[in-house]
Amino acid sequence: MKSFKFICDKAIPLDMINVDTDQIIPKQFLKMVKKEGYGEFLFYNWRYQNDGTLLTDFVLNDKRYSGRRILLTRDNFGSGSSREHAVWALRDFGITVLIAPSFADIFYNNCFKNGILPVQLERQNVEFLFKNSENEDIVVDLDKQKVVCCDHSFSFLINEFHKRMLMQGLDEIGLTLELESAIVDYESKRRNHSSA
Amino acid sequence: MGRTLFDKIWDSHVVFQEKDAANGNPSLIYVDCHLIHEVTSPQAFAGLKQHGRKVRRPHLTFATMDHNVPTTNRSLPVIDGDSSIQMHTLRENCTEFGITLFDMLSPQQGIVHVIGPELGLTLPGMTVVCGDSHTSTHGAFGAFALGIGTSDVEHVLATQCLWINKPKSLSIKFTGTINNRPGISAKDIILSTIRHIGISGGIGSVIEYSGEGISTLSMDQRMTICNMSIEGGARAGLIAPDDVTFDYIRGRPFAPSGEELEKTIEYWESFLATDSETCHDKSVNMDLSRLVPQVSWGTNPSMVVDVTENIPYPEEFADGNVEQEKSAKRALEYMDLKPGVPITEIDIDRVFIGSCTNARLEDLMDASKLLEGRTVSSRVNAMVVPGSQSVKRAAEVRGIDRIFKDAGFDWRESGCSMCLGMNPDVLAPKQRCASTSNRNFEGRQGVGGRTHLVSPIMAAAAAVEGRFVDVREWF
Repeated sequence: MKSFKFICDKAIPLDMINVDTDQIIPKQFLKMVKKEGYGEFLFYNWRYQNDGTLLTDFVLNDKRYSGRRILLTRDNFGSGSSREHAVWALRDFGITVLIAPSFADIFYNNCFKNGILPVQLERQNVEFLFKNSENEDIVVDLDKQKVVCCDHSFSFLINEFHKRMLMQGLDEIGLTLELESAIVDYESKRRNHSSA
Repeated sequence: MGRTLFDKIWDSHVVFQEKDAANGNPSLIYVDCHLIHEVTSPQAFAGLKQHGRKVRRPHLTFATMDHNVPTTNRSLPVIDGDSSIQMHTLRENCTEFGITLFDMLSPQQGIVHVIGPELGLTLPGMTVVCGDSHTSTHGAFGAFALGIGTSDVEHVLATQCLWINKPKSLSIKFTGTINNRPGISAKDIILSTIRHIGISGGIGSVIEYSGEGISTLSMDQRMTICNMSIEGGARAGLIAPDDVTFDYIRGRPFAPSGEELEKTIEYWESFLATDSETCHDKSVNMDLSRLVPQVSWGTNPSMVVDVTENIPYPEEFADGNVEQEKSAKRALEYMDLKPGVPITEIDIDRVFIGSCTNARLEDLMDASKLLEGRTVSSRVNAMVVPGSQSVKRAAEVRGIDRIFKDAGFDWRESGCSMCLGMNPDVLAPKQRCASTSNRNFEGRQGVGGRTHLVSPIMAAAAAVEGRFVDVREWF
């Protein structure tokens, strides 16, 4: 997995609460058997008209924000379906960091498996970023667990496990397989218990 | 110190504890039952092959095809090429890795969350995972059951374990009961609950449902409740197992049987209960005595009102929250609804009775009882999609299919169907649907389609009248 440590970029402001994964990647794009190639379908129903032309009033189609790698949004981002395709679509589109006051649990976990950092900040700090994201750079430093914008610095929480996975770009399955003896122990304990 | 039901299941599945688990670091949790389907598994198997890894415990994984299977005549080839490839890929992967598959034509095929319980794969005290958010359904058996992404599906295939941050415990206790109150169903309980706690009220938590309002419910009804825990943002839903649970399990093909089962039941009874209400991190009480049928009006499952109410004004719904107000305005625009209009004045075009929320035998029986001697409005196109082939057969034995067909419903083959519209069952733009499914998100049932979440009997009544009605008046 690609590692993530640090980014300095401006943000795309997606000023909505409860953005669900059905919107991030609609169901008609879940029929592929690959992990790549979802970027063009990101927010498909919000980005395109029925005839396939771009809807210019949607923030992702706004030229001012093109190429930005931080998505700034509101509460409960990624709610609903467990589809990891939502994270693959964001990643393929070029998003590396998400900032919001809260994320849905399954989506939040899926981010870490794909090199995307979801940053949870207090509501008023997210509000501050929304006010300044238009023209100001945002620095996200995973090691220091800090978001800096316009000389304001906001700390965020992340568990050590997720942090290490992302900083080092580790393969989680590889890591778990190193715990083979613990898994074997558990399985034999369970077997003995159920036959007792 | 006492423990919750969830604590006990958790503690008995910890394989390895990261240091500092209390500070949010995950634990490695053993998975007892892994369910997979055609849409969220192909990339997981591809990942295994890429790294030359094996499936650690193939006999603990079970597969079916449900998300994009057609619900029409299955002797015909699947027309959608991409769906066909996904189904073919699952078939190949299951053969290669030795996983039991309930293929599209299998008599056990069905929605993964319907067949797990009916086959006896889901049992109390287990950990159950699946690459689908509605895995929370299985919590109705007192199992810790959660939806996961595809990377985690791969992780479980390879290791039979999963890294999970221990969720908090949220207790929702129901006083009063819906028994002997015709027209009111488990769907109304869970819709009103989500309306109350909000769609993010359960984030980071496992919800344990309890009280008289739960213990008096059947397993089919309990599954409806736990199914929609995810719509309240929860990691999982849980109901402590009792005699209703054990009676359901007896005789299921994959469940233990005879003396072994009875001994196991004794163990479940002694172990699988929360020691004291004070063990939960948070508690909510809900009173069911005034519960009436619920109808969703917006684009998330907390945007719900009583059938006797009007479409709310955004300010009223938002209660001072600017973001909620914006979201309600957008929802009303998408749904093409005006505030102040009574729910019973909303005309509908389609009715969908189906999904892992409401396509079990009892759901179909409830709806069919109401349809006897009645016919679907000429303005309405209505369909029933049984949750599984077993449900379909059981309904046909009882003549329920006949009642639906005579009333003018389409009687289909089992699958997820128009809950998410990955197969040809979709709403056309601007069509309005009374649906027994779980999500009313924008475009969920078809681009531009408008979904109203209701119970099976409310959906059946809406099909007859062509608009929502307070179904209590029909009893």
